Amino acid sequence: MLIKKKKRPQGEIPTASLPDIVFMLLIFFLVTTTLDVDKGIGLVLPAKGQETEVSKNNITNIFVNATGKLAVGSGDDITLIEIRDLKQEIQKRLVANDKMIFSVKTDSRTKYQTYVNVMDKLKQANARRISIADTEG
Amino acid sequence: MRLNKKVKPEGGIPTSSLPDIIFMLLIFFIVVSVLREFTGLKVLLPEAKKIAKLEGKRHVSNIWATKEGIISVDDQIVKVSEIRNIMYDKRVADPQLVVSLKADRQVEMELISDIHQELREADALKINYSSKAGGI
Repeated sequence: MLIKKKKRPQGEIPTASLPDIVFMLLIFFLVTTTLDVDKGIGLVLPAKGQETEVSKNNITNIFVNATGKLAVGSGDDITLIEIRDLKQEIQKRLVANDKMIFSVKTDSRTKYQTYVNVMDKLKQANARRISIADTEG
Repeated sequence: MRLNKKVKPEGGIPTSSLPDIIFMLLIFFIVVSVLREFTGLKVLLPEAKKIAKLEGKRHVSNIWATKEGIISVDDQIVKVSEIRNIMYDKRVADPQLVVSLKADRQVEMELISDIHQELREADALKINYSSKAGGI
């Protein structure tokens, strides 16, 4: 008697094309990945109602007008300065008084780029105590 | 006479572990990739020299401000006075919130100052002036 043997179906998944599939996935992720990280100048704003009185001797005002001209000084002793000399001026003042607070005062029409340049110089000179005054004008 | 036949080296690279290598690469890219959440507005970021990386994207929230004075948070155009509520909610949800300010270099300081005040009202004090490398 001839019994027909049932043919077992082959139970294997073909894996020959696996590398191709994974390559495709890899390329997808390569293309969609954005490795660019946000960079910028970090700053912590003062909390509301935290305004404190400080001695005039410890404050250096940095004025920035609408056209990007700078003036540095404390009290009535204010001198015009170029942006490229700002870092040295800040360092000089920090050496004289390491508790010096730098207050950046801008005109309401000052360009953001100018403001960022000033912040950049403050950071470059390692000034830690920075204050941002309200805009004027 | 018997000449020693030079044995030719086998010229094949073993490819049996290729899928494993590619898998590893794939997993690396899956882990490091962050799909862009928000497209934002078109701004020309200011340039600065001493810039630091912003740690991780998890605690970062973006505010875009264009030179026309349009402000966008999470791809929604908002008014300046609305920032405080939006940021306050975000601040409550995530106390480690860092606000990344992506403002155009032509923006006037009046707007930036207003945003500062709004952020102070919302108690979102950690900010970052997003900038490109360069500058003077």
